[in-house]
Order: sequence, then C-alpha cells, then structure tokens
Amino acid sequence: MSFLDLLYYLVPLIIASAVPLSVVALGALFSERSGVVNIALEGIMLMGAFVGAVVIRSLQANSSLSTTSIALIGLGVGAVVGMVFSVAHAFASIHMKSNQIISATALNMFALAFGSFIARTFNNTIIISTQDVFRIPSVPILGDIPFIGNLFFKGAYLSTYVGVIIFIIGIVVLYKTKAGLRLRSCGENPQAADSLGINVYRVRYAGVLVSGALAGLGGVIFLMSFAQKFLMTVSGFGFLALAVLIFGNWKPNKIILAGIFFAMTRVLAVSFNAIPIISDLGLTLDHYLMVPYITTLIVLAFVSKNSAAPRAAGEPYDAGKR
Amino acid sequence: MKKTFDWSNVISNIKSYVTSHWFGLTGLLLLFIFLFITPSFLTTTEVGYLINLWVLIITAFVLIVGKVVQFFRKNKHFVPSESAPLISGLGSVLAIIIGLIVGLIIMYIVNPEQAFQGFLVILKGGFNQGMASFGTMIYYAVPIILTGLSVSFAFRTGLFNIGASGQLIFGAFVAVYIGIKWDFLAGVPFLHWFVAVLGALLAGAAWGAIPGLLKAYRNVNEVVSSIMLNYIAVYWVAIMIKADQSIYFKTQDRLYDILPSAVTPKFGLDQIFVGSQINIGIVVAILIAIILYIILFKTTFGYELKAVGLNRDAAKYAGVNAKRNIVLSMIISGAVAGIAGAMIFLDRGAWFKPEIVLRPEGFTGIAISLLGLNHPFGVVFAGLFYGSLERGGEYLNLLRFKHEIIDIIIAVIIYVSALGLILQKLVIKNLKWNSKIFQKIKRVILKESPSDQSEGGATQ
Repeated sequence: MSFLDLLYYLVPLIIASAVPLSVVALGALFSERSGVVNIALEGIMLMGAFVGAVVIRSLQANSSLSTTSIALIGLGVGAVVGMVFSVAHAFASIHMKSNQIISATALNMFALAFGSFIARTFNNTIIISTQDVFRIPSVPILGDIPFIGNLFFKGAYLSTYVGVIIFIIGIVVLYKTKAGLRLRSCGENPQAADSLGINVYRVRYAGVLVSGALAGLGGVIFLMSFAQKFLMTVSGFGFLALAVLIFGNWKPNKIILAGIFFAMTRVLAVSFNAIPIISDLGLTLDHYLMVPYITTLIVLAFVSKNSAAPRAAGEPYDAGKR
Repeated sequence: MKKTFDWSNVISNIKSYVTSHWFGLTGLLLLFIFLFITPSFLTTTEVGYLINLWVLIITAFVLIVGKVVQFFRKNKHFVPSESAPLISGLGSVLAIIIGLIVGLIIMYIVNPEQAFQGFLVILKGGFNQGMASFGTMIYYAVPIILTGLSVSFAFRTGLFNIGASGQLIFGAFVAVYIGIKWDFLAGVPFLHWFVAVLGALLAGAAWGAIPGLLKAYRNVNEVVSSIMLNYIAVYWVAIMIKADQSIYFKTQDRLYDILPSAVTPKFGLDQIFVGSQINIGIVVAILIAIILYIILFKTTFGYELKAVGLNRDAAKYAGVNAKRNIVLSMIISGAVAGIAGAMIFLDRGAWFKPEIVLRPEGFTGIAISLLGLNHPFGVVFAGLFYGSLERGGEYLNLLRFKHEIIDIIIAVIIYVSALGLILQKLVIKNLKWNSKIFQKIKRVILKESPSDQSEGGATQ
C-alpha cells in the first residue's frame, strides 16, 4: 500500500471519529461555560443513539423516504431526545442545587438500563441493526478537486458534514453573539452576571439543553459512522469527549485539534495492521484499544495543572454568595 | 492504651433497656424464641419458614420501637424537624419509594396484566424462595456492599471514586492469579485464601492510588481519570491473561479454576441458609464496614479526612496535609474495591474471563453509597436492600419482564436522592405536620404531665 493510499484510507476514518467527539465536546463546552458540569453526556449520547437507531430502523423498513431524509430525521430525533433527557440534569443541578456528578451518574445508569430494558422487552435482544447506507459516494463539485476531493469529499458520511456545520454554528453562537457572551459570563462569575440583569437560571438551562441536543446528535453521528449494529454502547465517547474538552482547555479551536488527536489514537486500533511500521511491533489489538485511554490520562496529567476551566463550573448558583 | 473498652457501660445500657419498659423484655424474649426455639422444629417446611420469618420481623419491630422509646427518654427535648440524620434518612426512604413507583409505572406501561404480580416479586426480593434465596441474596450483596463502602469512604474526603470498577477488576485478577499459582500456600488452612484476598487488597490500593496522586499533585479531575483507569484496567488485565498460557484456559476463554485452598470458606453458613451459595464474604464485608467506621469516626486520621472533604482550604489552614489525605483516602477506597473483586471471583464456578466489560458493581456502589448516606453501616443495609431488589429482578425473568427494570429503579432512586433539597423540604413538612401527634406519643412514652410539656416548650 502506497503512502497516498494509506492517507486516503486513514483520513476518512480519523474524521469519522473526530466529528462525534468534537461535537459532543462542544456540547460539554456549552454546559461547562454556563457553569454546569455535565458528565451525563455518555448517557445522553446513548439515549440519542438508541432512539435514533429505533427511528432509523423503522423508517428504513417501513417508509419510502430517501436515504438523505432518513438520515436527517434520525439526526433531528437524536438531538431532540438528547435535549429532553438533559432537562432532568438541568433541573437537578440548577433548580435543586444537587450534586451535579451524582445526578449525571444517575442519568448515565438510567440511559443504559432504559435502553436495554426497552430493547429486550420488545425485541428480545439489545442489538438494533440498521442498514449502512449513509455514505455519500462523492460530493458534487467538491469531490472533483484532485487531492482534497479524494481526501475529504468522497465516501464520507452525511452525518460528518452535518456535524462540521453544527460545530461552526456552535462556535459562532458562543463567541460572536450576545447570548454566547452571557452564557460565558454565567460560567465565570454568575453573581456579576446576575447584577447586570441576566437570568442565570435561564442561561444555565439553555447551556445544558444545548449540550444535551449536541450530545444526542453526537450519539446519532456515532451510530451512523461506526455501528451498523447498535450494541447499546457508545464506547465511552461521552467520557472521552470530556477529556477532549479538558485537553482543549475549554477553547473550541483547541477542541478540534484535541478531537483529531484522540481520533488518531482510536484509528490506530482499527488500522494498525495496515500501517507497515506499527504492525511490525507485534502488539495485540487490546494494546491499541487501550492507547486512547492511556494517552488521555497522560495528557490530563500534563494539562490539568494550568487549566482554564470556567471558574463557576460545578457550583450551584447561590445569589447570596459574594 | 490506657483507656480500654468499657464493658460495664454496655451491660448497664442493656440492663436499662430491658428493665425500663416492656418493649425491651418482649424483644429479647422474641429474639430468644427466634434463635433457639422456632428453627429447631419448623425450618424444613414452607409454613415453618413463614412463621420463622414473621417472628423475625416482629422481633425486629419490637426491638426498634424499644430503642426509640429509650432514645426519647434520654433526649427529652428532641426536635425531629431539626435532626439532620433523621431527615436525610427519611429522604432515602422517600427516594426508594419514588424509585419503586416509577418502576411500577414502567412495568404497567410495558405489560399491564403482570405488572402488580411482578412488582410483588421485586418487593419480596430475597424472600421469594425461603432461606435459599435469602442466602443467595446475601452472597450477591457482598461485592456491592464492598464497592459501596469504597465509594462512600472516598466521598467522605470529597472525592468521587467512579473507578471502583477498575480497582475491582485489578484486585480480582491478582486474587485469582494467586489462587491459581501459589499452591505452596495450600498447606495451612485458609492461609492461601487470606493471601489471595490480601493480594487483591494491595492491587486495588495501587490502582486507586493513581487517581489520588494525579488529583493531589497534578490537579487532574478524579472522575475523568478514574473512568479512563477503568478502561485501562479492563484492557490491561485482558492482555496479561492472554499472554500467560499457564493461567489462561484458551478454549473456554477464561482463567483456570482456582485451587480449592483459595476458595472462600463457608464456616457452616451454608448449613443455616441451605441451598444457597453463601460464604463468609458477608462477615468480611461487615468487618470492613466496622474498620472503616472506626477509621472515620474514632481516629484523628478520619477526622482529618472528613475535614478535607468538608472544606479543603479550611482543613489546609488548620494544618491538615490535604494532598496526603487525598492520596490515602483513594488508596483505602481502592483497597476495599479490590477486596470486592476477590469476593466475587474467589469461589467455585465464578470464572474470570478476559472480557472488555466494565463490571457494574463499581457503578452500583455509587448508588449504595448514596442510599446508605455515606455511613459504613448505612451502606451495609443499603447493599442488602439492593441485593434483595436484584434477586427480585432475577425472579422477574420467570414472568415476561426483563431484569433491567431493577437498574432503572436504582437509577431513579439515585436521581431522586440527588434532588436532596426538595426531598428534605418535603420530609420536614411532613414531620411538622405530624408533630402534634408526635407530641402526644412523646407524652405517653415519657409519662409526662402537661406542665412538663410547657416547660419543654419554653426552653426551645
């Protein structure tokens, strides 16, 4: 296999991993920037992916809609489900001032139990199989560009492009609009924001709901890019996304780089046999599957010391506190 | 060791308990009947079992009422709505009730005809099939109690140990490895088993130390790091197993059986709970709960740990070495989780497989720790409660339900208990609403005249 072939083989795989990671990390960013730590992302992703898989499967079996519209409906359903599910976390952590990690852990457990229970009750197995038809052979004009066209615009997933577009919109909202500024102020100093007439509760609700929608969307993107058979797991992507967020130091442009970095460590496991130098090392698949988690740990050990975490993240808002 | 444990105090306490009111005497009598009379001629039949069970329930009830009466005689000016342990305890009970109701609703939606029947099966839990299922319930509750103790101990220091799962798998691997390979220990009774458990303890402690060190010295969020360590533990253990042909039974994709000398002893418990898998794991769990209780509430070290958990900066200001305490707390927490791993796999037929699966016990431990109000003894009871629910879930499979409904109930219970604020308000309201009746009961218990009552009111 020549170097160019290798590149054509690896880059789409990396993109397919990087997009869901970055989208979910963006969701985590929205939530943490508004002042709420959201470890429930894994569960929200799972819920979005589960309902998305059910909807896509039934649409593929029973309706005559085109592949594109089924994909878009699936993505939309995932986002809505994620948003609705995240209301529970928002209510607990904003209104009830409860421990945000505990309520998020409860949601993670609930999502897994609920998905498995429903799937096994109605289908006797937790596996939901969908048809893998969401690749785009070639994007019209852009696919014809010599090198870049082959790399980015041939055989990629529709969900990838949706993810990229959503990511750009997210950055614009967060950094170029009044709402984004308010959101960020609530994560840094909610008392100051409150004194300027911003409703901290409402802004934090918005932050958590957006993060829920993005995580649900990320779940469906994960489903479309990796799992023709949905096995009631998102492979810890929700947790990895949090690591991406911390590695990206709560800044969108760095999040993209961190997402690509983590995607590369994951792709290593899928493709280590195809890469000549690495396949000679004689390590097993398990070694490579372990790599993303070890790199996360090492990276966190070096990055966490001087992190730019939102100052009020994780603290319930107390208007009387100075 | 100048100050020894004062036995005369205990004896006089029991004496006053028995003699001060008729509840105490009746309770002891019933306990005597339950222990020595009913089992000897009734356990073999179903009816006998039921009678035995009812005697136990009534005994427990009478003893608890007696304890309450004694408590009120001692603390005459007790105000329930201001008692934190009472309120949070009732909060836990309320969370359990709400969780069960949500479970019932979901069951009703899925399968209306069998919903109530299934619900009863869940409620009966470990009592579904007599002593056998009761023993099995305890057997399965042991690892969950231990992971619950692990999580709750770290929680006292303000650390969220979500990595009990990884510490458990690492401890279990070391325990099983010792159980298979170290046959030179087989000569002395129980020594092999003990060393295997010790190995699990050390392995769990080592694995728990990593997030502790990262948290203390590199400021790494212990939640994210211990989640990563969960996955690393699972993969690494799988790699180590597959690389070592002397322990890996390849055709069945599992480790070899442990030697008989490393199997957890039963000490006759299987004679009491006939037909169950019970072993002395429950004794180990209770011993560890007592040790953790002593560390937390009776030592300076435990006081420092709790101080760090309540306010890290204030503890630092008071001269507590917060970093050292964080690391030690995680080490102890990891050690307990490691023992949980040993308790699962040091048994016949509990085969260790190199699967890439995070053990659910680690996450259930979080729920148990919360339900038990992060108190070692509370965790033991919450663990037994979970064990009962879990057994109920197994029997549910006989009806047309899937046992995942139990996990849904547990998740709802955690969520509701996380909503602490609203629950406590509800509980306080109820206690105030009850307070008139409560005053009357109090007057009867204390045999107070109304004038005493008004005096009590004036001091409040």
